[in-house]
Amino acid sequence: MKTFRIGGVHPAENKLSAGKAIETLALPKQAVFPLSQHIGAPAAAIVKKGDLVKVGTKIAEAGGFVSAPIFSSVSGKVNKVDSVIDASGYRKPAIFIDVEGDEWEETIDRSTDLVKECNLTPEEIVAKIKDAGIVGMGGACFPTHVKLMPPPGCKAECVIINAVECEPYLTADHRLMLEKADQILVGVSLLMKAAKVTRGYIGIENNKPDAIQLMTEKARNYTGIEVVPLKVKYPQGGEKQLIDAVIGRQVPAPPAIPINVGAVVQNVGTAYAVYEAVMKNKPLFERVVTVTGKSLQNPSNFLTRMGTPMSQLIDAAGGLPADTGKVIGGGPMMGKALVNTEVPICKGSSGVLIMNDKEARRAEPEPCIRCAKCVSACPMGLEPYLLATCSALKDWERVEKEMIMSCIECGSCQFTCPSHRPMLDYIRMGKGKVGGIIRARNAKK
Amino acid sequence: MANQLIVSLSPHVHNNDSVQKNMYGVILALVPALLVSFYMFGLGAVIVTLTSVVACLFFEWAITKFILKRERTTIMDGSAALTGLLLGFNLPSNLPIWIIIIGALVAIGIGKMTFGGLGCNPFNPALVGRIFLLISFPVQMTSWPVNGQWMSYTDAETAATPLSLMKQAVHGNVDALSQLPSSFDLFLGSNPGCIGEISSLALLLGLAYMLWKKIISWHIPVSILATVFVFSGLMHLANPVAYASPFAHLFTGGLMLGAIFMATDYVTSPMTHKGMVIYGVAIGFLTVVIRLFGAYPEGMSFAIFIMNAFTPLINTYCKPKRFGEVVKK
Amino acid sequence: MDLILIAVVSLGAIGLIAAIILYVASKKFAVYEDPRIAQVAEVLPQANCGGCGYPGCSGFAAACVKAGSLEGKLCPVGGQPTMEKVAGILGLEAAASEPKVAVVRCNGTCANRPRVTQYDGVRSCVIANSTYGGETGCTFGCLGCGDCVAACKFDAIRMNPETGLPEVDEEKCTACGACSKACPRAIIEIRPKGKNNRRVYVQCVNKDKGVIARKACAAACIGCGKCVKTCPFEAITLAANLAYIDPAKCKSCRKCEMECPQNAIIAKNFPPRKPKPEGEAAAKPAAPKPSAPKAEAPKAEAPKTEAPKAE
Repeated sequence: MKTFRIGGVHPAENKLSAGKAIETLALPKQAVFPLSQHIGAPAAAIVKKGDLVKVGTKIAEAGGFVSAPIFSSVSGKVNKVDSVIDASGYRKPAIFIDVEGDEWEETIDRSTDLVKECNLTPEEIVAKIKDAGIVGMGGACFPTHVKLMPPPGCKAECVIINAVECEPYLTADHRLMLEKADQILVGVSLLMKAAKVTRGYIGIENNKPDAIQLMTEKARNYTGIEVVPLKVKYPQGGEKQLIDAVIGRQVPAPPAIPINVGAVVQNVGTAYAVYEAVMKNKPLFERVVTVTGKSLQNPSNFLTRMGTPMSQLIDAAGGLPADTGKVIGGGPMMGKALVNTEVPICKGSSGVLIMNDKEARRAEPEPCIRCAKCVSACPMGLEPYLLATCSALKDWERVEKEMIMSCIECGSCQFTCPSHRPMLDYIRMGKGKVGGIIRARNAKK
Repeated sequence: MANQLIVSLSPHVHNNDSVQKNMYGVILALVPALLVSFYMFGLGAVIVTLTSVVACLFFEWAITKFILKRERTTIMDGSAALTGLLLGFNLPSNLPIWIIIIGALVAIGIGKMTFGGLGCNPFNPALVGRIFLLISFPVQMTSWPVNGQWMSYTDAETAATPLSLMKQAVHGNVDALSQLPSSFDLFLGSNPGCIGEISSLALLLGLAYMLWKKIISWHIPVSILATVFVFSGLMHLANPVAYASPFAHLFTGGLMLGAIFMATDYVTSPMTHKGMVIYGVAIGFLTVVIRLFGAYPEGMSFAIFIMNAFTPLINTYCKPKRFGEVVKK
Repeated sequence: MDLILIAVVSLGAIGLIAAIILYVASKKFAVYEDPRIAQVAEVLPQANCGGCGYPGCSGFAAACVKAGSLEGKLCPVGGQPTMEKVAGILGLEAAASEPKVAVVRCNGTCANRPRVTQYDGVRSCVIANSTYGGETGCTFGCLGCGDCVAACKFDAIRMNPETGLPEVDEEKCTACGACSKACPRAIIEIRPKGKNNRRVYVQCVNKDKGVIARKACAAACIGCGKCVKTCPFEAITLAANLAYIDPAKCKSCRKCEMECPQNAIIAKNFPPRKPKPEGEAAAKPAAPKPSAPKAEAPKAEAPKTEAPKAE
């Protein structure tokens, strides 16, 4: 069975909600849309207080090429354009909409029929994806249309669909594959057409045998799509690791990007969103979110309108347990700990994870015993102990030479460290500093 | 919200490994060898290992508390106990208690705590202790009791070890090698020697346990053993009268103990697999060189000691294979 | 005898050859350095703090000699007297400069700014700042991990465990700016010391709207603008819901301090106002940092600019 070649760890899977069908969550009373839900320039609000909007109405325009528009997920009246604390832990500008009824834009095809035929040109598909505000739904939120427009000199050779879901606990992609297999496959075909390639791979870890079986069966009806079962290993969902696992190519160190080896990687949720955008004219305003945690009464998968506060999802899953210590937006390996449960669901919110106080607290760090487990675990072939120490000592030249910018912040090093050292905290700080130094140097040139 | 949420950067989970688990894992892996030594050397082995462990724990506690004045004592992390056990394993079972205590003081005090304690020492502390004793008390350190004297301690009768026989062979005693016990006996551990080093079988059981528990990787022990086997094998082929067979080299002296437990010490061994192999090959080579051509009959501890000193250099130049170095298939 | 002779001769020969090599090398590879650089470096404090913007004292000395003018060059540690000495050596004019001091522009004490989350990462402000907005509701204020304390080479800044805020020892502070650079939130400002060591400044950097700021911290500037209106010298500006007092224009009249509804403006080292209770020492030395707004004497709060925004 295929997998990536360097490093990797095996966190306990804890896929508590894998057997739970996707439920549709009730509408929130008020939906909040942060203007910065993606990598790149924040979107610019085009509505003001008092405006009436419908489900699917564009409320913010893309702020640049690497950016994406935002659509209302509810119908109602704009309450204010203010700020809200989002998953970053900082106050960011956001649009608040009071929900009234559930009236959709007429252009959206709300039927559940499967549409397979598409006569659009690749450029038209990309334009539709761009106009639907689609971003990578695995959590990084990189605008999808940018990935489909390779820079000059690069040519895409294949589309790789990331259905790995290597984060423990999360099951949103797994459920989506089981329930929307055909739509996803049409979406993959559309992505392949948009990227002008004839080969598409869907990478699925073999802890989801039902999804592998179903997708393999259905994929026979689509040309050029192959399902690739992968050995369970974290961080297989990392873009570079997935490319290595599926087609055996390694993306060189930054600033190289996946397209340099001919791969376009998209999340399986993105493929589904592309299907809905292109075939059903439905912009991106809802997604599947896993709400989970060992202490949670009823871990579930919800089809959730964006802008819904996380507290509503938690309540629907049985309410916030009294011993809650941490609420995480995303999975336990790379998710962000949230400041409160009022943070709204955004395009990249794949899950809400509740941890009790004991699970949540970090253990006291002990001295590094140089056991080299972090070096063995690092999927990028770096030396995390060295990067962390040199970052703590502010030796920026050294960490740059030791390729700190290659770090993908997967957390394997810290996960595996017997001394519980907060290596990734320091490495992130070092990455931030070195990134700044490199940008300043490039600006000077 | 009633309770304040905890916020920190990812990852939010841990594999629950800990320094203690690793240290106690190694100690557990040493248990078979410990039992064999009790069986072979009886009371003496019990007294020596116990003294060594207790003394190491005491010095660790005392230095942390009274000299470094740290609040957290580190004696429970298992590293001092492990050092004590390994030091004891490297001593003959008839060594007087006062010498052992000096060894423990040097091991913990000079070998470990002067550099800042766990994780900071450039040399394996147990080795520092052993080498100090070997140089300071050469007579006591090289008179090995004959096996099976259960109730005797410092009064035990002593005998030559296989290694000294091998040394005699190198120096021209043509009969020496024929007096060697069979390789199988050596493997089981019925020959005289330091407490922990005699039974290769028990030590290999420990290695299997540590590999299974992923406490260490195979690179260091395998590269040391393979190098010793190949190099001593070549020498044996060249001159079977002067140079003992490679099996005799593998199963005698501190080679197994050193390759499996001393050289693999986390703190003092290289960080990358490539570096570990270089380190292991060099140790194996140096060991055989010292055994065959050096002044001492045993070279394992010196070989590890020398390579400990090279570890930072190896770490500087041996980088792991970075992702992306293999560009296209 | 022979042995001794051989030893003496051979060692002597080695010594002689080495001496010749050293001599030749020192002549041949000598790098000319302006002797004035060493002279200037002599009078510098040799703290190598980097506060002047050059890499250490010798770097600053070289820059002074090379530039040919002392315009814009200041050793913050030695201050004016040192610069005059430097000017004397180089035969130049020392640029006039004002003594400065570091001020901490946050009064989010434990009492003023209740904690709403617990930070469980590395105790470093830079890392905490990259993690999230901080343990309190204020995403602009002091994180309390003490990066500034670690950066200070003069032991002039300490954390006050009661307030959770750093406090500057004005006697020891050399205004080198290391703490200011270390602070990821630019809370520490290097300000002119002011006449008689008295100065007035806004003790807050929160740019949130008034309601949000006030909810997060009882001592936050809410951008009401009262101080702006009150100030007779137009020294106060309001930008992004935050008032700032221009030290160049401020005449330390303390009108703004009285006006501020949030007590976010502080007047430091002024004698106690008449009605105030038994102030201890009055305008004396550097009172500890302006943290807790107790009825301490040296606390004179100055202009604050808050504009409660009705929302």
